[in-house]
Amino acid sequence: MANTFAFVESRSGELRRVGLEAVTAARRLADATGGGEVHALVMGAPGISAKAEMIGAYGADVVEVVEHAGLALYSPEVVAATAAARIGDGSYRAAFFSASAQGKDLAPRVAAKLGVSLGADVTAFETSGDAIVVRHPVNTGKVIATLSITGTPVLLSLRPGSVTAERAPRTPRVATIAPAIDPAAARVVPRELLAGNTAKLDLGEAPVIVSGGRGLRAPENFKLVEDLAAAFGNAAVGATRAVTDDGWRPHTDQIGQTGRLVSPDLYIACGISGAIQHLAGMRTSKTIVAINKDREAPIFKIADYGVVGDVLEILPVLTEAVRKAKQSH
Amino acid sequence: MKIAVCIKRAADMETRFKIAADGRSIDEAGVKFDIADFDGFAVEAALQLKEKDGTGEVTVISLGKDAVQETLRKALSMGADKAVHLKTDAVPADALAIARVLAAELEGGGYDLMLFGRMAIDAANQSVGPMAAELLGVPCVSAASQLGVAGGRGTARRELEGAAEVLEFPLPAVVTIDEGIARPRLPSLKGIMAAKKKPLEVKPVQVGESRVTVIKMELPPERTGGRIIGEGPDAVPELVRLLQTEAKVL
Repeated sequence: MANTFAFVESRSGELRRVGLEAVTAARRLADATGGGEVHALVMGAPGISAKAEMIGAYGADVVEVVEHAGLALYSPEVVAATAAARIGDGSYRAAFFSASAQGKDLAPRVAAKLGVSLGADVTAFETSGDAIVVRHPVNTGKVIATLSITGTPVLLSLRPGSVTAERAPRTPRVATIAPAIDPAAARVVPRELLAGNTAKLDLGEAPVIVSGGRGLRAPENFKLVEDLAAAFGNAAVGATRAVTDDGWRPHTDQIGQTGRLVSPDLYIACGISGAIQHLAGMRTSKTIVAINKDREAPIFKIADYGVVGDVLEILPVLTEAVRKAKQSH
Repeated sequence: MKIAVCIKRAADMETRFKIAADGRSIDEAGVKFDIADFDGFAVEAALQLKEKDGTGEVTVISLGKDAVQETLRKALSMGADKAVHLKTDAVPADALAIARVLAAELEGGGYDLMLFGRMAIDAANQSVGPMAAELLGVPCVSAASQLGVAGGRGTARRELEGAAEVLEFPLPAVVTIDEGIARPRLPSLKGIMAAKKKPLEVKPVQVGESRVTVIKMELPPERTGGRIIGEGPDAVPELVRLLQTEAKVL
Protein backbone atom coordinates (compact mmCIF):
# COMPACT_ATOMS: atom_id res chain seq x y z
CA MET A 1 0.00 0.00 0.00
CA ALA A 2 2.13 2.80 -1.32
CA ASN A 3 1.63 6.47 -0.63
CA THR A 4 1.23 9.11 -3.34
CA PHE A 5 2.74 12.58 -3.50
CA ALA A 6 1.17 15.79 -4.81
CA PHE A 7 2.87 19.12 -5.36
CA VAL A 8 0.30 21.86 -4.81
CA GLU A 9 0.95 24.86 -7.02
CA SER A 10 0.33 28.35 -5.66
CA ARG A 11 0.88 31.88 -6.85
CA SER A 12 0.96 35.07 -4.75
CA GLY A 13 -0.21 33.20 -1.66
CA GLU A 14 -3.22 31.55 -3.30
CA LEU A 15 -3.60 27.91 -4.28
CA ARG A 16 -4.13 27.42 -7.98
CA ARG A 17 -6.95 25.21 -9.21
CA VAL A 18 -4.40 22.96 -10.95
CA GLY A 19 -2.77 22.41 -7.55
CA LEU A 20 -5.99 20.98 -6.13
CA GLU A 21 -6.41 18.89 -9.29
CA ALA A 22 -3.03 17.30 -8.48
CA VAL A 23 -4.30 16.47 -4.96
CA THR A 24 -7.46 14.89 -6.39
CA ALA A 25 -5.39 12.87 -8.88
CA ALA A 26 -3.10 11.63 -6.09
CA ARG A 27 -6.14 10.72 -3.96
CA ARG A 28 -7.61 8.69 -6.83
CA LEU A 29 -4.38 6.82 -7.48
CA ALA A 30 -3.89 6.10 -3.77
CA ASP A 31 -7.48 4.84 -3.42
CA ALA A 32 -7.15 2.71 -6.56
CA THR A 33 -4.04 1.02 -5.20
CA GLY A 34 -5.28 0.00 -1.79
CA GLY A 35 -5.79 3.27 0.02
CA GLY A 36 -2.33 4.61 0.84
CA GLU A 37 -1.85 8.14 2.06
CA VAL A 38 -1.62 11.32 0.01
CA HIS A 39 1.27 13.56 1.01
CA ALA A 40 1.10 17.10 -0.29
CA LEU A 41 3.76 19.81 -0.44
CA VAL A 42 2.97 23.51 -0.69
CA MET A 43 5.56 26.30 -0.74
CA GLY A 44 5.26 30.05 -0.51
CA ALA A 45 5.80 33.21 1.48
CA PRO A 46 4.77 33.25 5.17
CA GLY A 47 1.00 32.78 5.35
CA ILE A 48 0.82 29.88 2.89
CA SER A 49 0.38 27.48 5.86
CA ALA A 50 -3.18 28.80 6.16
CA LYS A 51 -3.93 26.81 2.99
CA ALA A 52 -3.09 23.42 4.55
CA GLU A 53 -6.68 22.92 5.69
CA MET A 54 -8.02 23.35 2.16
CA ILE A 55 -5.47 20.89 0.78
CA GLY A 56 -6.73 18.41 3.38
CA ALA A 57 -10.29 19.08 2.26
CA TYR A 58 -9.32 17.79 -1.19
CA GLY A 59 -7.90 14.56 0.18
CA ALA A 60 -4.36 15.05 1.53
CA ASP A 61 -3.54 13.05 4.69
CA VAL A 62 -0.29 14.94 5.23
CA VAL A 63 0.46 18.52 4.22
CA GLU A 64 4.04 19.69 4.37
CA VAL A 65 4.45 23.43 4.26
CA VAL A 66 7.52 25.44 3.37
CA GLU A 67 7.18 29.08 4.33
CA HIS A 68 9.96 31.49 3.50
CA ALA A 69 10.09 35.19 2.70
CA GLY A 70 12.29 34.26 -0.27
CA LEU A 71 9.45 32.27 -1.82
CA ALA A 72 7.01 35.10 -2.55
CA LEU A 73 7.82 34.39 -6.19
CA TYR A 74 8.35 30.91 -7.69
CA SER A 75 12.04 30.18 -7.20
CA PRO A 76 12.70 27.21 -9.50
CA GLU A 77 15.89 25.89 -7.90
CA VAL A 78 14.57 26.08 -4.32
CA VAL A 79 11.23 24.48 -5.15
CA ALA A 80 12.81 21.73 -7.28
CA ALA A 81 15.43 20.88 -4.63
CA THR A 82 12.81 20.77 -1.87
CA ALA A 83 10.32 18.68 -3.86
CA ALA A 84 13.07 16.27 -4.90
CA ALA A 85 14.27 15.91 -1.30
CA ARG A 86 10.73 15.22 -0.09
CA ILE A 87 9.88 12.76 -2.84
CA GLY A 88 13.23 11.03 -2.42
CA ASP A 89 12.57 10.51 1.30
CA GLY A 90 9.26 8.72 0.86
CA SER A 91 8.76 5.53 -1.10
CA TYR A 92 6.05 6.89 -3.31
CA ARG A 93 4.41 5.01 -6.13
CA ALA A 94 3.77 8.24 -8.00
CA ALA A 95 4.23 11.98 -7.60
CA PHE A 96 1.81 14.40 -9.23
CA PHE A 97 2.62 17.85 -10.58
CA SER A 98 0.58 20.19 -12.77
CA ALA A 99 1.35 20.60 -16.48
CA SER A 100 1.00 24.37 -16.00
CA ALA A 101 3.64 26.97 -16.88
CA GLN A 102 5.17 26.47 -13.45
CA GLY A 103 4.73 22.70 -13.29
CA LYS A 104 6.23 22.15 -16.75
CA ASP A 105 9.33 23.92 -15.46
CA LEU A 106 9.38 22.12 -12.12
CA ALA A 107 8.55 18.47 -12.84
CA PRO A 108 11.43 17.75 -15.28
CA ARG A 109 13.94 19.33 -12.88
CA VAL A 110 12.71 17.09 -10.06
CA ALA A 111 12.71 14.00 -12.31
CA ALA A 112 16.33 14.60 -13.34
CA LYS A 113 17.43 15.22 -9.74
CA LEU A 114 15.87 11.90 -8.71
CA GLY A 115 16.93 10.05 -11.86
CA VAL A 116 13.36 8.91 -12.51
CA SER A 117 11.14 9.24 -15.56
CA LEU A 118 8.34 11.71 -16.10
CA GLY A 119 5.00 11.30 -17.81
CA ALA A 120 4.45 14.88 -19.00
CA ASP A 121 1.14 16.57 -19.76
CA VAL A 122 -0.98 13.48 -19.13
CA THR A 123 -4.75 13.50 -19.58
CA ALA A 124 -5.43 10.09 -17.95
CA PHE A 125 -3.52 7.61 -15.81
CA GLU A 126 -3.92 4.17 -14.24
CA THR A 127 -1.70 1.60 -12.63
CA SER A 128 -0.87 -1.55 -14.55
CA GLY A 129 1.28 -4.02 -12.63
CA ASP A 130 4.54 -2.26 -11.82
CA ALA A 131 3.94 0.43 -14.42
CA ILE A 132 1.74 3.48 -14.66
CA VAL A 133 -0.03 3.80 -17.99
CA VAL A 134 -0.87 7.31 -19.17
CA ARG A 135 -2.50 9.07 -22.09
CA HIS A 136 -0.58 11.99 -23.57
CA PRO A 137 -1.62 14.04 -26.63
CA VAL A 138 1.24 14.37 -29.13
CA ASN A 139 1.61 16.07 -32.53
CA THR A 140 -0.48 19.06 -31.37
CA GLY A 141 -3.31 16.81 -30.20
CA LYS A 142 -3.75 15.14 -33.59
CA VAL A 143 -2.46 11.86 -32.15
CA ILE A 144 -2.96 10.39 -28.68
CA ALA A 145 -0.13 8.29 -27.26
CA THR A 146 -0.61 5.65 -24.58
CA LEU A 147 2.63 5.29 -22.63
CA SER A 148 3.79 2.84 -20.00
CA ILE A 149 6.18 4.32 -17.43
CA THR A 150 8.17 2.39 -14.84
CA GLY A 151 10.25 3.53 -11.91
CA THR A 152 9.91 4.37 -8.23
CA PRO A 153 8.36 6.77 -8.14
CA VAL A 154 6.89 7.69 -11.51
CA LEU A 155 6.49 11.45 -11.86
CA LEU A 156 3.41 12.71 -13.67
CA SER A 157 2.39 16.21 -14.71
CA LEU A 158 -1.32 16.51 -15.22
CA ARG A 159 -2.84 18.57 -18.04
CA PRO A 160 -4.98 21.33 -16.47
CA GLY A 161 -8.66 20.41 -16.45
CA SER A 162 -8.14 16.71 -17.17
CA VAL A 163 -9.13 15.90 -13.58
CA THR A 164 -11.80 17.89 -11.76
CA ALA A 165 -10.72 18.86 -8.25
CA GLU A 166 -13.08 17.12 -5.80
CA ARG A 167 -13.48 17.45 -2.09
CA ALA A 168 -12.53 14.33 -0.09
CA PRO A 169 -12.31 15.91 3.35
CA ARG A 170 -9.95 14.81 6.06
CA THR A 171 -8.06 16.61 8.77
CA PRO A 172 -4.47 16.54 7.57
CA ARG A 173 -1.37 16.21 9.67
CA VAL A 174 0.45 19.47 8.96
CA ALA A 175 4.22 19.84 9.24
CA THR A 176 6.32 22.90 8.57
CA ILE A 177 9.64 22.08 6.95
CA ALA A 178 12.62 24.11 5.78
CA PRO A 179 13.48 24.64 2.11
CA ALA A 180 16.20 22.24 0.91
CA ILE A 181 18.37 25.16 -0.15
CA ASP A 182 18.40 28.75 1.07
CA PRO A 183 16.48 30.93 -1.41
CA ALA A 184 19.28 33.50 -1.09
CA ALA A 185 21.68 30.90 -2.53
CA ALA A 186 19.63 30.21 -5.67
CA ARG A 187 21.44 31.02 -8.94
CA VAL A 188 18.24 31.58 -10.89
CA VAL A 189 16.62 34.54 -9.16
CA PRO A 190 12.98 35.52 -9.75
CA ARG A 191 12.87 39.32 -10.02
CA GLU A 192 9.24 40.15 -10.62
CA LEU A 193 5.80 38.82 -11.36
CA LEU A 194 4.12 40.90 -14.04
CA ALA A 195 0.43 40.53 -13.39
CA GLY A 196 -1.81 40.35 -16.42
CA ASN A 197 -5.30 41.73 -16.12
CA THR A 198 -6.29 39.86 -12.98
CA ALA A 199 -9.98 40.45 -13.68
CA LYS A 200 -9.51 38.41 -16.84
CA LEU A 201 -9.88 34.66 -16.67
CA ASP A 202 -7.00 32.66 -18.02
CA LEU A 203 -7.58 30.69 -21.22
CA GLY A 204 -6.50 27.46 -19.52
CA GLU A 205 -9.00 27.83 -16.69
CA ALA A 206 -12.05 29.48 -18.22
CA PRO A 207 -15.07 27.22 -18.82
CA VAL A 208 -16.05 29.40 -21.80
CA ILE A 209 -13.75 30.88 -24.44
CA VAL A 210 -14.85 33.46 -26.99
CA SER A 211 -12.25 33.71 -29.72
CA GLY A 212 -11.80 36.05 -32.65
CA GLY A 213 -10.07 35.94 -36.02
CA ARG A 214 -9.55 38.00 -39.15
CA GLY A 215 -13.29 37.96 -39.83
CA LEU A 216 -13.59 40.74 -37.24
CA ARG A 217 -11.89 42.92 -39.86
CA ALA A 218 -10.28 45.45 -37.46
CA PRO A 219 -8.69 45.28 -33.99
CA GLU A 220 -11.29 47.61 -32.46
CA ASN A 221 -14.01 45.10 -33.32
CA PHE A 222 -12.57 42.74 -30.68
CA LYS A 223 -14.72 44.84 -28.34
CA LEU A 224 -17.66 42.72 -29.59
CA VAL A 225 -15.81 39.53 -28.58
CA GLU A 226 -15.00 41.00 -25.17
CA ASP A 227 -18.64 42.03 -24.71
CA LEU A 228 -19.84 38.49 -25.38
CA ALA A 229 -17.25 37.11 -22.95
CA ALA A 230 -18.41 39.62 -20.34
CA ALA A 231 -22.03 38.56 -20.86
CA PHE A 232 -21.08 34.97 -19.99
CA GLY A 233 -19.21 36.19 -16.92
CA ASN A 234 -16.99 33.08 -16.86
CA ALA A 235 -15.34 33.49 -20.25
CA ALA A 236 -11.84 34.28 -21.49
CA VAL A 237 -10.96 35.89 -24.81
CA GLY A 238 -8.73 34.09 -27.31
CA ALA A 239 -7.47 34.83 -30.80
CA THR A 240 -6.04 33.20 -33.90
CA ARG A 241 -2.40 33.36 -34.89
CA ALA A 242 -3.27 35.63 -37.82
CA VAL A 243 -4.50 38.38 -35.53
CA THR A 244 -1.82 37.99 -32.85
CA ASP A 245 0.83 38.14 -35.59
CA ASP A 246 -0.77 41.37 -36.78
CA GLY A 247 -0.62 42.78 -33.27
CA TRP A 248 -4.39 43.03 -32.80
CA ARG A 249 -4.07 40.92 -29.67
CA PRO A 250 -1.10 39.88 -27.47
CA HIS A 251 0.74 36.66 -28.38
CA THR A 252 -0.35 35.15 -25.07
CA ASP A 253 -3.97 35.12 -26.34
CA GLN A 254 -3.12 32.90 -29.30
CA ILE A 255 -4.94 29.57 -29.44
CA GLY A 256 -3.45 27.00 -31.77
CA GLN A 257 -0.68 24.59 -32.50
CA THR A 258 2.07 26.96 -31.37
CA GLY A 259 -0.04 28.83 -28.84
CA ARG A 260 -2.36 27.69 -26.08
CA LEU A 261 -4.07 24.30 -26.29
CA VAL A 262 -7.50 24.69 -24.72
CA SER A 263 -10.52 22.48 -24.09
CA PRO A 264 -13.26 24.56 -22.46
CA ASP A 265 -16.88 23.47 -22.05
CA LEU A 266 -17.88 26.01 -24.70
CA TYR A 267 -15.75 27.53 -27.46
CA ILE A 268 -17.23 30.28 -29.61
CA ALA A 269 -15.21 30.96 -32.79
CA CYS A 270 -16.02 34.40 -34.18
CA GLY A 271 -14.84 35.22 -37.69
CA ILE A 272 -12.43 32.28 -37.63
CA SER A 273 -12.12 30.21 -40.80
CA GLY A 274 -10.54 27.23 -39.04
CA ALA A 275 -6.95 26.86 -40.24
CA ILE A 276 -5.44 23.53 -39.16
CA GLN A 277 -3.03 25.46 -36.94
CA HIS A 278 -5.99 26.95 -35.02
CA LEU A 279 -8.09 23.77 -34.89
CA ALA A 280 -5.11 21.99 -33.27
CA GLY A 281 -5.50 24.28 -30.28
CA MET A 282 -9.25 24.01 -29.68
CA ARG A 283 -10.66 20.88 -31.29
CA THR A 284 -10.97 19.10 -27.95
CA SER A 285 -13.44 21.73 -26.67
CA LYS A 286 -16.63 20.06 -25.46
CA THR A 287 -19.05 22.25 -27.44
CA ILE A 288 -17.99 24.40 -30.39
CA VAL A 289 -19.98 27.27 -31.88
CA ALA A 290 -18.80 28.91 -35.11
CA ILE A 291 -19.93 32.21 -36.60
CA ASN A 292 -18.52 32.92 -40.04
CA LYS A 293 -19.71 34.48 -43.27
CA ASP A 294 -18.20 31.74 -45.45
CA ARG A 295 -20.43 28.65 -45.41
CA GLU A 296 -17.51 26.57 -46.77
CA ALA A 297 -15.11 27.56 -43.95
CA PRO A 298 -13.43 24.48 -42.36
CA ILE A 299 -14.50 25.62 -38.88
CA PHE A 300 -18.09 24.56 -39.71
CA LYS A 301 -16.93 20.95 -40.22
CA ILE A 302 -16.07 20.62 -36.53
CA ALA A 303 -18.61 23.04 -35.03
CA ASP A 304 -21.56 21.61 -33.12
CA TYR A 305 -23.54 24.72 -33.95
CA GLY A 306 -22.72 26.89 -36.95
CA VAL A 307 -24.23 30.25 -37.81
CA VAL A 308 -23.51 31.66 -41.28
CA GLY A 309 -23.35 35.42 -41.43
CA ASP A 310 -21.54 38.62 -40.60
CA VAL A 311 -19.97 38.29 -37.17
CA LEU A 312 -20.24 42.06 -36.65
CA GLU A 313 -24.04 41.86 -36.99
CA ILE A 314 -24.52 38.62 -35.08
CA LEU A 315 -22.33 39.23 -32.02
CA PRO A 316 -24.30 42.15 -30.51
CA VAL A 317 -27.54 40.17 -30.81
CA LEU A 318 -25.95 37.06 -29.29
CA THR A 319 -24.41 39.11 -26.47
CA GLU A 320 -27.81 40.56 -25.58
CA ALA A 321 -29.46 37.12 -25.69
CA VAL A 322 -26.76 35.58 -23.46
CA ARG A 323 -27.08 38.47 -21.01
CA LYS A 324 -30.83 37.88 -20.77
CA ALA A 325 -30.39 34.12 -20.38
CA LYS A 326 -27.85 34.65 -17.59
CA GLN A 327 -30.17 37.08 -15.79
CA SER A 328 -33.09 34.67 -15.87
CA HIS A 329 -31.36 32.04 -13.72
CA MET B 1 29.84 33.95 -26.97
CA LYS B 2 29.71 30.22 -27.55
CA ILE B 3 26.19 28.93 -27.99
CA ALA B 4 24.84 25.40 -28.50
CA VAL B 5 21.32 24.79 -29.79
CA CYS B 6 19.76 21.34 -29.50
CA ILE B 7 17.25 20.81 -32.30
CA LYS B 8 14.89 18.06 -33.34
CA ARG B 9 13.65 16.89 -36.71
CA ALA B 10 9.88 16.74 -36.49
CA ALA B 11 6.96 16.11 -38.82
CA ASP B 12 5.16 19.08 -40.34
CA MET B 13 2.16 19.55 -38.05
CA GLU B 14 -0.10 20.35 -41.00
CA THR B 15 0.15 16.64 -41.86
CA ARG B 16 -2.96 14.48 -41.84
CA PHE B 17 -1.35 11.85 -39.60
CA LYS B 18 -1.81 8.12 -40.07
CA ILE B 19 -0.86 5.48 -37.55
CA ALA B 20 1.73 2.96 -38.77
CA ALA B 21 0.96 -0.76 -39.02
CA ASP B 22 2.65 -1.45 -35.67
CA GLY B 23 -0.02 0.69 -33.94
CA ARG B 24 2.71 2.42 -31.93
CA SER B 25 4.14 5.01 -34.30
CA ILE B 26 3.30 7.49 -37.03
CA ASP B 27 3.31 6.32 -40.65
CA GLU B 28 6.09 8.51 -42.09
CA ALA B 29 5.28 7.82 -45.75
CA GLY B 30 4.82 11.10 -47.57
CA VAL B 31 5.27 13.17 -44.39
CA LYS B 32 7.41 16.32 -44.63
CA PHE B 33 9.93 16.93 -41.87
CA ASP B 34 11.63 20.12 -40.72
CA ILE B 35 13.20 21.73 -37.66
CA ALA B 36 10.61 21.41 -34.88
CA ASP B 37 8.78 24.74 -34.45
CA PHE B 38 10.22 25.98 -31.15
CA ASP B 39 13.70 24.71 -32.06
CA GLY B 40 13.65 27.07 -35.05
CA PHE B 41 13.00 29.94 -32.63
CA ALA B 42 15.93 28.76 -30.52
CA VAL B 43 18.27 28.78 -33.56
CA GLU B 44 17.09 32.30 -34.44
CA ALA B 45 17.60 33.48 -30.84
CA ALA B 46 21.15 32.08 -30.89
CA LEU B 47 21.97 33.77 -34.21
CA GLN B 48 20.67 37.12 -32.97
CA LEU B 49 22.69 36.88 -29.74
CA LYS B 50 25.81 36.10 -31.74
CA GLU B 51 25.17 38.97 -34.15
CA LYS B 52 24.56 41.38 -31.30
CA ASP B 53 27.71 40.19 -29.57
CA GLY B 54 29.68 40.63 -32.80
CA THR B 55 31.64 37.48 -32.13
CA GLY B 56 31.02 33.89 -31.17
CA GLU B 57 30.02 30.54 -32.53
CA VAL B 58 26.71 28.72 -32.82
CA THR B 59 26.78 24.91 -32.77
CA VAL B 60 23.62 22.96 -33.57
CA ILE B 61 23.19 19.45 -32.17
CA SER B 62 20.61 16.83 -33.08
CA LEU B 63 19.96 13.26 -31.96
CA GLY B 64 18.55 10.68 -34.35
CA LYS B 65 18.95 8.75 -37.55
CA ASP B 66 20.81 10.00 -40.64
CA ALA B 67 17.84 12.10 -41.76
CA VAL B 68 18.53 14.62 -38.97
CA GLN B 69 21.55 15.78 -40.99
CA GLU B 70 19.11 17.50 -43.33
CA THR B 71 17.69 19.38 -40.32
CA LEU B 72 21.19 20.32 -39.16
CA ARG B 73 22.05 21.59 -42.68
CA LYS B 74 18.96 23.79 -42.57
CA ALA B 75 20.18 25.36 -39.30
CA LEU B 76 23.64 25.81 -40.85
CA SER B 77 22.04 27.53 -43.85
CA MET B 78 20.25 29.91 -41.44
CA GLY B 79 23.70 30.88 -40.13
CA ALA B 80 24.84 28.38 -37.50
CA ASP B 81 28.57 27.68 -37.70
CA LYS B 82 28.85 23.95 -37.14
CA ALA B 83 26.77 20.89 -36.45
CA VAL B 84 26.96 17.67 -34.46
CA HIS B 85 24.87 14.63 -35.37
CA LEU B 86 24.44 12.27 -32.42
CA LYS B 87 23.69 9.19 -34.43
CA THR B 88 21.25 6.53 -33.27
CA ASP B 89 18.47 4.68 -35.04
CA ALA B 90 16.27 4.60 -31.95
CA VAL B 91 15.30 7.80 -30.16
CA PRO B 92 13.51 6.73 -26.97
CA ALA B 93 10.19 8.07 -25.66
CA ASP B 94 11.87 8.78 -22.32
CA ALA B 95 12.87 12.46 -22.05
CA LEU B 96 15.39 11.64 -19.32
CA ALA B 97 17.22 9.15 -21.56
CA ILE B 98 17.39 11.82 -24.31
CA ALA B 99 18.55 14.48 -21.85
CA ARG B 100 21.38 12.18 -20.69
CA VAL B 101 22.75 11.81 -24.24
CA LEU B 102 22.51 15.56 -24.95
CA ALA B 103 24.01 16.52 -21.57
CA ALA B 104 26.96 14.21 -22.24
CA GLU B 105 27.60 16.03 -25.54
CA LEU B 106 27.17 19.52 -24.00
CA GLU B 107 29.38 18.69 -21.00
CA GLY B 108 32.83 20.15 -21.43
CA GLY B 109 31.86 21.95 -24.64
CA GLY B 110 32.62 25.31 -23.04
CA TYR B 111 29.26 26.77 -24.05
CA ASP B 112 28.06 30.01 -22.45
CA LEU B 113 24.50 29.29 -23.44
CA MET B 114 22.78 26.01 -24.25
CA LEU B 115 19.46 26.61 -25.95
CA PHE B 116 16.56 24.27 -26.64
CA GLY B 117 13.09 24.84 -28.04
CA ARG B 118 10.47 25.10 -25.28
CA MET B 119 9.24 21.68 -26.36
CA ALA B 120 9.46 19.31 -29.27
CA ILE B 121 6.31 20.03 -31.22
CA ASP B 122 5.71 16.29 -31.83
CA ALA B 123 6.47 14.62 -28.47
CA ALA B 124 5.20 17.65 -26.51
CA ASN B 125 6.92 16.78 -23.23
CA GLN B 126 8.66 20.10 -22.55
CA SER B 127 11.14 18.20 -20.39
CA VAL B 128 14.49 17.61 -22.11
CA GLY B 129 15.96 21.11 -21.61
CA PRO B 130 15.41 21.45 -17.84
CA MET B 131 16.46 17.81 -17.38
CA ALA B 132 19.72 18.39 -19.27
CA ALA B 133 20.36 21.49 -17.14
CA GLU B 134 19.94 19.48 -13.93
CA LEU B 135 22.25 16.75 -15.22
CA LEU B 136 24.85 19.39 -16.12
CA GLY B 137 24.33 21.25 -12.84
CA VAL B 138 23.87 24.61 -14.57
CA PRO B 139 21.16 27.26 -14.08
CA CYS B 140 18.08 26.96 -16.28
CA VAL B 141 15.16 29.12 -17.34
CA SER B 142 12.52 27.32 -19.36
CA ALA B 143 10.06 28.69 -21.91
CA ALA B 144 11.67 32.12 -22.21
CA SER B 145 9.69 34.52 -24.39
CA GLN B 146 12.40 37.21 -24.04
CA LEU B 147 16.09 36.74 -23.42
CA GLY B 148 18.87 39.25 -22.83
CA VAL B 149 22.52 38.56 -22.06
CA ALA B 150 25.11 41.05 -20.77
CA GLY B 151 28.22 40.81 -18.62
CA GLY B 152 28.02 37.07 -18.05
CA ARG B 153 24.42 37.22 -16.83
CA GLY B 154 21.09 36.58 -18.47
CA THR B 155 17.60 37.96 -17.98
CA ALA B 156 14.59 36.08 -19.25
CA ARG B 157 10.84 36.53 -19.25
CA ARG B 158 8.44 33.59 -19.04
CA GLU B 159 4.75 33.71 -19.86
CA LEU B 160 2.44 32.26 -17.19
CA GLU B 161 -1.30 31.77 -17.15
CA GLY B 162 -2.57 35.37 -17.05
CA ALA B 163 0.81 36.76 -15.94
CA ALA B 164 4.54 36.72 -16.69
CA GLU B 165 7.69 36.50 -14.62
CA VAL B 166 11.21 37.84 -15.04
CA LEU B 167 14.23 35.86 -13.84
CA GLU B 168 17.97 36.54 -13.73
CA PHE B 169 20.73 33.97 -13.87
CA PRO B 170 24.50 33.63 -14.36
CA LEU B 171 26.06 31.99 -17.41
CA PRO B 172 26.75 29.29 -18.41
CA ALA B 173 23.09 28.31 -18.45
CA VAL B 174 20.40 26.35 -20.25
CA VAL B 175 17.50 28.39 -21.65
CA THR B 176 14.53 26.91 -23.49
CA ILE B 177 12.90 29.19 -26.01
CA ASP B 178 9.21 29.99 -26.43
CA GLU B 179 7.55 31.52 -29.43
CA GLY B 180 7.58 35.31 -29.48
CA ILE B 181 11.37 35.77 -29.23
CA ALA B 182 11.97 36.21 -32.92
CA ARG B 183 10.60 34.66 -36.08
CA PRO B 184 13.11 32.21 -37.59
CA ARG B 185 14.77 33.63 -40.71
CA LEU B 186 14.54 31.84 -44.02
CA PRO B 187 17.85 30.53 -45.32
CA SER B 188 19.25 32.71 -48.12
CA LEU B 189 20.68 31.16 -51.28
CA LYS B 190 24.11 32.26 -50.09
CA GLY B 191 23.42 30.64 -46.72
CA ILE B 192 22.38 27.39 -48.38
CA MET B 193 25.59 27.33 -50.47
CA ALA B 194 27.75 28.18 -47.44
CA ALA B 195 26.08 25.47 -45.32
CA LYS B 196 27.40 22.76 -47.64
CA LYS B 197 30.97 23.58 -46.61
CA LYS B 198 30.34 23.98 -42.87
CA PRO B 199 31.53 21.18 -40.57
CA LEU B 200 29.01 18.48 -39.63
CA GLU B 201 30.46 15.95 -37.25
CA VAL B 202 28.81 12.54 -36.88
CA LYS B 203 29.14 10.83 -33.50
CA PRO B 204 27.52 7.44 -32.95
CA VAL B 205 25.91 7.35 -29.47
CA GLN B 206 24.47 4.71 -27.18
CA VAL B 207 21.13 5.72 -25.69
CA GLY B 208 20.65 4.34 -22.18
CA GLU B 209 17.68 2.62 -20.63
CA SER B 210 14.25 4.06 -21.46
CA ARG B 211 11.61 3.64 -18.79
CA VAL B 212 8.90 5.08 -21.01
CA THR B 213 7.41 2.73 -23.61
CA VAL B 214 4.89 3.63 -26.28
CA ILE B 215 2.08 1.07 -26.03
CA LYS B 216 -0.24 2.61 -28.57
CA MET B 217 -0.77 5.61 -30.83
CA GLU B 218 -4.22 6.48 -32.07
CA LEU B 219 -6.08 9.28 -33.74
CA PRO B 220 -8.54 11.14 -31.52
CA PRO B 221 -12.20 10.45 -32.27
CA GLU B 222 -13.43 12.60 -35.16
CA ARG B 223 -15.72 15.42 -34.13
CA THR B 224 -19.19 14.84 -35.41
CA GLY B 225 -19.96 18.51 -35.92
CA GLY B 226 -20.79 20.11 -39.18
CA ARG B 227 -24.25 21.32 -38.25
CA ILE B 228 -25.25 24.74 -39.52
CA ILE B 229 -28.29 25.91 -37.60
CA GLY B 230 -29.12 29.12 -39.44
CA GLU B 231 -28.04 32.39 -40.98
CA GLY B 232 -27.51 35.88 -39.62
CA PRO B 233 -28.85 37.43 -36.41
CA ASP B 234 -32.15 35.54 -36.89
CA ALA B 235 -30.36 32.31 -35.92
CA VAL B 236 -29.44 33.62 -32.48
CA PRO B 237 -32.61 32.53 -30.59
CA GLU B 238 -32.19 28.96 -31.91
CA LEU B 239 -28.49 29.00 -30.98
CA VAL B 240 -29.27 30.14 -27.44
CA ARG B 241 -32.00 27.49 -27.12
CA LEU B 242 -29.57 24.73 -28.21
CA LEU B 243 -26.85 25.98 -25.86
CA GLN B 244 -29.36 25.88 -22.99
CA THR B 245 -31.29 22.69 -23.66
CA GLU B 246 -28.99 20.46 -25.73
CA ALA B 247 -25.39 21.42 -24.87
CA LYS B 248 -26.42 22.67 -21.40
CA VAL B 249 -23.63 25.21 -21.32
CA LEU B 250 -25.70 28.36 -20.83
